[in-house]
Amino acid sequence: MASYSTNEFKAGMKVLLEGEPCAILENEYVKPGKGQAFNRVRLRNLKTGRVWERTFKSGESLEAADVMDLDMEYLYEDGEFWHFMKVDGSYEQLVAPASAVADARQWLKEQETYQVTLWNDAPIAVWPPNFLELEVVETDPGIRGDTAQGGTKPATLSTGAVVKVPLFIETGDKLRVDTRTGEYVSRAKGD
Amino acid sequence: MTREPAVDWAPTCSLDALVARADTLAAVRAFFRERGVLEVQTGVIGTATVTEPAVESIAVPGLGYLQTSPEYQMKRLLAAGAPSIYQLGPVFRAGEAGRRHNPEFTMLEWYRLGWDDLRLIDEVAALVAAVLGPAPHRLIRYADVVARAPVLPDVHDRAALTARELLDLRFSLGLDALPPGRWFVIDYPADQAALARLRADDPTVAARFELVIDGLEIANGYHELTDAAEQRRRFETDRAARRTAGQHVPAPDARLLAALDHGLPACAGVALGFDRLLMLKLGVRDIRAVIPFPIDRA
Repeated sequence: MASYSTNEFKAGMKVLLEGEPCAILENEYVKPGKGQAFNRVRLRNLKTGRVWERTFKSGESLEAADVMDLDMEYLYEDGEFWHFMKVDGSYEQLVAPASAVADARQWLKEQETYQVTLWNDAPIAVWPPNFLELEVVETDPGIRGDTAQGGTKPATLSTGAVVKVPLFIETGDKLRVDTRTGEYVSRAKGD
Repeated sequence: MTREPAVDWAPTCSLDALVARADTLAAVRAFFRERGVLEVQTGVIGTATVTEPAVESIAVPGLGYLQTSPEYQMKRLLAAGAPSIYQLGPVFRAGEAGRRHNPEFTMLEWYRLGWDDLRLIDEVAALVAAVLGPAPHRLIRYADVVARAPVLPDVHDRAALTARELLDLRFSLGLDALPPGRWFVIDYPADQAALARLRADDPTVAARFELVIDGLEIANGYHELTDAAEQRRRFETDRAARRTAGQHVPAPDARLLAALDHGLPACAGVALGFDRLLMLKLGVRDIRAVIPFPIDRA
């Protein structure tokens, strides 16, 4: 595998740091006039999503990480693994462990397309679309006509996510939610 | 919506920045004319170059090196009897690119016969005031800058850093932690003297200073070393360090050494990063905003 020197570090580059695949977010070159040069680098750990900050002596290098993002359709869960299928017409399937699905678990809907991050061809992270339309499977009875007041209540969605919704929402309603914040956006159109 | 052109031919700096550059070049020349300092032009290419381990030169095949500073040739002019002199021109350092660095940049360098570093500090402050407007400046010791460094960040492969490299990192972080304003860092450790003489009253520190404004290193000055034998020793120390680190080992500059043997008059000298001064004048944080064609567009 290729490696990159700190001089080549650029945002978006995928590298291995301490055995973990990371994406470089920012690379700042710092050098006192007649002293050793350093690079202050911010990286996102692609497995955990956490941002790391590391200072490198300029000229050090990191191994490139074989990382790619792929659109895949979610099929089903077998109790241990989550199964996804490529949407490129190959019907090729891949299984993601719980560590890869992580927080996305509550947003998994069959036949929906997700972004799956592969490292050495194995899924390490699953990213739901920013917005999803999901059905309410459980919530307190709605209060008719109360479309303007501010109150909210919890509602459980078909994928298991619990979101705060306005009081007028009923079980069986289809909602548009923002998966990044876990917030209710609106009732789904054409419902 | 503007589309990014396929070939990035356009300058990265604004027309206003070009005008500010021209005005500031004129202001600097007026400053030295008024003070009777002679403008000189030495070679952009020299057959020899610096040996300092942390400064990397760009070689010109068959000729020598693009100069990282006009220092050696200016000192040869002084040894030949020139009065106090200054120079404004391009210098080159391999591998230095970033928000505050470009491999080619404009250096303002000047030498004052018979002066010491403390007297030169006052003149540097006056020049900066002429460009940026008046403001007070303060002195701070190198050790006090290092003491201001916060806890070290996560350093990759920290065990591989030498004590000197760790000190450089602490110094950088300490500079970042200084309150805004004009700071002259003084009393550099003797092993960071570069081309400065050691202080007669305290040989553990060098007669070297650096100007830092709002966290940005602007200038580096010395009460110049004139002792040829000591200069030879420092060249060899640098070259040994480069050999150990597996770096390119340039030959010592025989012509500079011969000029020192002939006799360099006592003087103080300083090199000032002209582009960074412009960054401060224009209030921009990226050197690309003051240079029309930085290296990735050159």
